[in-house]
Amino acid sequence: MTAGRALPITVRGLVRRYGKVAALDGVDLDVAQGEFLTLLGPSGSGKTTLLMIMAGFTRPDAGSVKFGNVEMVRTPPHKRNLGVVFQSYALFPHMDVAANVAFPLTLRGVGGAERERRVKQALEQVQLGALGGRRVDQLSGGQRQRVALARAIVFEPGILLMDEPLSALDKKLREQMQIELRHLHRSLGTTVIYVTHDQREALTLSDRIAVIDQGQIQQIDTPQRLYEEPASHFVADFIGDSTFVPVTVAGGVARWRDVPLRLPTAPRDGAYLLVLRPEKLVLGGAPDLNGIDAEVAEIVYQGDSVRVDVRLAGGDIVTLRELARAGRIAALPPPGSIVRLGFDPADTLLVPAP
Amino acid sequence: MTAEAVADRLNAAGIRADARREKSALAALTAPSFVILGLMLFIPVGWLFWLSFIEDGAFSLENYTRMVVEPAYRSIFLTTLELSVLVTVLSVLLGYPVAYMIAMLPPRAASITLTLVLVPFWTAILVRTYAWLVLLQRRGVVNSVLMSWGIIDEPLQLVHNFTGTAIGMLHIMIPFLVLPLYANMRAIDRDYVRAAASLGASPVTAFFKVYLPLSIPGLAAGTVMVFIICLGFYITPQFLGGGRVTTISMKIQQNVATYFNWGAASSLGVVLFLSTILIFWGFSRLFPLRRITEVGGS
Repeated sequence: MTAGRALPITVRGLVRRYGKVAALDGVDLDVAQGEFLTLLGPSGSGKTTLLMIMAGFTRPDAGSVKFGNVEMVRTPPHKRNLGVVFQSYALFPHMDVAANVAFPLTLRGVGGAERERRVKQALEQVQLGALGGRRVDQLSGGQRQRVALARAIVFEPGILLMDEPLSALDKKLREQMQIELRHLHRSLGTTVIYVTHDQREALTLSDRIAVIDQGQIQQIDTPQRLYEEPASHFVADFIGDSTFVPVTVAGGVARWRDVPLRLPTAPRDGAYLLVLRPEKLVLGGAPDLNGIDAEVAEIVYQGDSVRVDVRLAGGDIVTLRELARAGRIAALPPPGSIVRLGFDPADTLLVPAP
Repeated sequence: MTAEAVADRLNAAGIRADARREKSALAALTAPSFVILGLMLFIPVGWLFWLSFIEDGAFSLENYTRMVVEPAYRSIFLTTLELSVLVTVLSVLLGYPVAYMIAMLPPRAASITLTLVLVPFWTAILVRTYAWLVLLQRRGVVNSVLMSWGIIDEPLQLVHNFTGTAIGMLHIMIPFLVLPLYANMRAIDRDYVRAAASLGASPVTAFFKVYLPLSIPGLAAGTVMVFIICLGFYITPQFLGGGRVTTISMKIQQNVATYFNWGAASSLGVVLFLSTILIFWGFSRLFPLRRITEVGGS
């Protein structure tokens, strides 16, 4: 199974209403050939609706969906030649593993030794070579997930749609499958649209992430740019454990209360929110860091790290994380102490106040 | 740790006593229905079973040999079988789309429609059978309408025969097919058909390759229920058959009420009972009924 057949996707002006609620409110999206694009958003944001419209299971009220140069919006699902992996896996319980994987080949008139060879190859690609004869109900959750994947790629579709495929797995298996999906995407070269509400999964897997809320794409960017340069309060809040404190910019200088903050680039004057993320903050800190005073409110031991909640003047609680290394926990100032909260000017991020 | 060691542990005796008490409470709650079943079912049935082997106060197989030898009995068995097969097949053909439609409706509309299917259950079978008599007789509603529209010139013989019996029974049987089938279909995740479509199956292919096989357990449960009820059906053939249709249960009634031959009636009852058990066993071997709840789960 090789790349080259992968198709770009072009979405224009997609609208879908349920009664008065717009599940999708004019969505435009360009996905490059072979790209791994994740639709990330809270439940009810419209991400699944967008995927279901691409798959052909939901009719939009208006808009265009093109695979390559071909308009697909009125094409029934069985003529779209898409691989779809469902959250429920939807493996046919009345067929064994091999029959499930062979199903799309049979429908395409592939039979005999050729079909057998391709089923075997697809199962090997998801590391399930030996399980072709098993019944579906004899498989573990992780194995079912792999069979669903094998069935979706065996007919070499140019586009693979995945609807929260890992959400039913436990954390350890989920993380392992994320890495395997990365590798599989690289070896197949297929265009992938992936829906999830798990930000870490999105960051791990994607070439680009489209953050969706209220039926609109809020920001679409690479994982790093999305995390480091969120365009809005919503994106900064949805990705990462952020705390926000109000900041004003006047005359090119940003101030939290009366404390001036150095910034990589000064934005236009106005009201902003300072994005404080646990891993960017230190207690104490050198003079070349931005610093604001705070009182230690609570210290919680969490195994790999210690969570330290500090209270700023004005009452905002900010969380920072100290890695649990030898001596570090004992050295933490006890609750009630006044400390200086330090963060690098390059990590000092403002988003427009909503 | 040995069993004795555990037995001596803290509170072990008390905890075991609690478990025992729970079990005996359950037994006490179910005992009345078991006693009633035992007294009201097994004793009379056992007595009838015994009667079927008695002729003139002595053991005899005459009641059974008569069924094989006499042509009248053979035609009764055949009529019952024909009627049951016909009504079952028509129930499947008419009931499957109904169950499918209800399963596809949103929950609220589904429960309303299901209630409509169940409304006939709230009316006595006798009342419904007489209603069909009114509709189907020579000067009944159906014939009048058909004649006034010029579709027919003469009234059709729709009742007091095999046709009328089948129509009346069909009406009563369809809910028995729809209910288990609907329960099965409701449990079939819609993703299965979507998955089939995404893999390239047209709606017709997806139905026959995926949906229909997944609905087989419910279909089998409904079919076997309808068929078994048909085999022993009495009221509708009696009232709509017009004396031209004689089923096993009608013959039983005749043997008891007209000829006072309890032995002959009992032997028919025994044969009916055994064939029902046999059919049920056959079906459950072909289609494991317990799988209804498993399909679509997980």
